[in-house]
Amino acid sequence: MKPLEIPTMDMENKEVLRRIEVGGDMLLNMGPQHPSTHGVINFLVQTDGEVMKRAIPEVGYLHRSLEKIGERCTYNGYMPYTDRVDYIAAMFANQGWAMAVERLLGMQVPKRAEYCRIIACELNRISSHLISVGTMAMDVGAVTPFPYALREREFINDLLEELCGARLTYNYLRIGGVAFDLPTGYEEKVSTFLDHFEKILDEFNRLITYNEIFVKRLAHLAPISKEMAIDYCLVGPNLRASGVKFDVRKDLPYSIYPELQFDVPVGKGEVGTQGDSWDRFWCRVEEMRQSCRILRQCLVQIPKDSQVMGKVPRKIKLTEGLEAYSRIESARGDMQYYVVAGPGENAHRVKIRTGSFTAMGIIDALSRGLMIADLVALIASLDVVAPEIDR
Amino acid sequence: MTFEEIRERLAAKFGGAGSAGDGRSPQGGALEARIGALAPANKDPFVVVPAADILEICRYLKDDSELAFDCLMNLSTVDWPKKNQIEVVYHFWSYSKRHAFIAKVQLDRAKPEIASVESVWKSADWLEREQFDLMGVVFTGHPDLRRIMMPDDWVGNPLRKDYAEQADWHNITTTRENSLEGYVRLDEFKKKVAEAAAAAAAPAEKKELPS
Repeated sequence: MKPLEIPTMDMENKEVLRRIEVGGDMLLNMGPQHPSTHGVINFLVQTDGEVMKRAIPEVGYLHRSLEKIGERCTYNGYMPYTDRVDYIAAMFANQGWAMAVERLLGMQVPKRAEYCRIIACELNRISSHLISVGTMAMDVGAVTPFPYALREREFINDLLEELCGARLTYNYLRIGGVAFDLPTGYEEKVSTFLDHFEKILDEFNRLITYNEIFVKRLAHLAPISKEMAIDYCLVGPNLRASGVKFDVRKDLPYSIYPELQFDVPVGKGEVGTQGDSWDRFWCRVEEMRQSCRILRQCLVQIPKDSQVMGKVPRKIKLTEGLEAYSRIESARGDMQYYVVAGPGENAHRVKIRTGSFTAMGIIDALSRGLMIADLVALIASLDVVAPEIDR
Repeated sequence: MTFEEIRERLAAKFGGAGSAGDGRSPQGGALEARIGALAPANKDPFVVVPAADILEICRYLKDDSELAFDCLMNLSTVDWPKKNQIEVVYHFWSYSKRHAFIAKVQLDRAKPEIASVESVWKSADWLEREQFDLMGVVFTGHPDLRRIMMPDDWVGNPLRKDYAEQADWHNITTTRENSLEGYVRLDEFKKKVAEAAAAAAAPAEKKELPS
C-alpha cells in the first residue's frame, strides 16, 4: 500500500484542516487532545463510515529530548529526569538507568538495597497496571471499575510517598543503591495492603474481567499473532498475551529475581483468540497477582542490616567510549538503556528504548478494517503512555 | 549460542575475521571483532560490520536456523565528531534461541547512508524513522522515511553534537527568558552586603584620621 499523503496545516492562510475528503474516504484527526489516547497523541484516521481503512499514529507532541538532556547532565543528575520517561511507572526508568551506570562502573549493589528496589518496583508495577486496566475498562464504556482501580492505587501512592516522599516522580533509586531505607513498620504496612488487595483482585475479576458484556466487547478484538508480535518487537504484557512466554525477570534475571518464585502469565485465548485485547487485559490483572507474590517473598527475605548504598565515587568519571546496555522488565515491558560514556562526568549518548514506542508502530498495521470505537480499545489494551513514546 | 560462536558463524559466512579482506569496506572487508579492551566485564562485546553488507547480514541473521534472530530489539546511533563518524548500533535478540548479538556500522558523518532493514524486521520501521529524525541517518529503501518526533519542516538533527537550535519555528520562539536574570544567590548577596558595609566603614575611619 502506498503511503498516504498527509495534508499539513496551511500556514499561509492560517487555516487548520480538520476534516477533508480523500477520494471518497474521510480523513479525521483523532487527537492530539483526546481522552482515550492516554496522553497527547494524534491519529490520522482514514475512514469509510464507521470502518477504518487506516489509522496513522502521529507522535512527538511530548518530545522533551530526554536523550539529549542525558548527554548534558552528570550520571547522578540524570536520575530525576528518568522519572519523566514514564511517569506512571517511574521506578522502572530509575532502575534501568541505575543498572546501566552500575554496569559501566562494574559495581555491586548491597543486598538490602536490591530488596528495597524490588519492593518499590513491584508496588509501582501494581499501581501502573491498575491505571491501565481501570482506564481500559473506562475507554470501552464501563466507568465503575475505574474508581475502584484508582482507590487501590491511592493506597500504593501513600506507601510510596512514605518510602520516598513523592507520589508520581519518585527519584528513589540512586546509582549504587537507594536514597532511603525502608521506614520502620513498613513491612507490616505493605503486607496489610497486600492482604486487602488480593481480595480486591478477586472482586475486580468478578466485577469486570469475566463480565459478560466486557468479554464480548473485547474477545477476538485486534488479535496479534505470536510472529507479528515478535516482528514488531512488542514487549511485556502485550507480548505475553500473544503467547510468547518471555519475561526479562525470568529469562535474563537481574537483581534478586533469581531468588524469587513467581509465574509468568501467558495469554491462552480463554474467551476468544489468543493475543486479543481481552488477553492483554487479563495478563495485566494476573501480573498484579504475581507482583503480590513477589512482594510477600521480599518482605520475608529482606536482610536486616541497614546498608542501602554501595561505594560510589562522588564524581563518576568513566573512560570515553565505554558502553553498557541494561534490560529490565518495566510495567510496559522490556525497557532498555544503551549508554555510551563520555570523556568527562557525563554520558556521550543515552538511548532509551521503551515498550510503548514499538507498540505504537503496530497500530498502523492492526487498525485496517477495525471500527473507530475499536481503535480506542486497541490503544488502551496496548497500554501506551505518551511520554514513554516520545521521551 | 555465545557471542563468540555467533561471530564465528558470521565470519565463516561473510569472509572471516582472519582473511585479508575483499575490498567491500574501507576497513579491509573482514568482519572485525572488537571486544572491549578496556574493561571486558563492563562492556558488551560487539562486531563492526561493513555498511554495504548490512542488509545481507541481517537477512542471514534472521533466516539461519541456528542463529534465528527474530527480533530487532534496538537501533541506536552515536555521533563521534572527533572520528568524523556516525555509528549505527543494532541490538538483535532471538526469542527462540534466547541469545543476543550486537553489530555496529560506521558511517561517514557528512553523508550517513545505510540500507534499511525494515524488510527484515517490521520493528525497524519506527526505530529507523526515529534515528533519521534525530540523527539524520538516511535509511535507503525505507518505505516511509519522514520525521517522527520533530515537525516535518524542522531544520537540523537534534542529537548531532554540533546541533544548533533554530531561533524560532513559525514565529514561536525556541528560547525562553531566564526568569532568574537580575537575581543573585543569597550567599553572594550576603557577601556583597558585608563587603559594602566594610567598604563603607573603612573610608569613614580614614576620613576621621586626617581631621
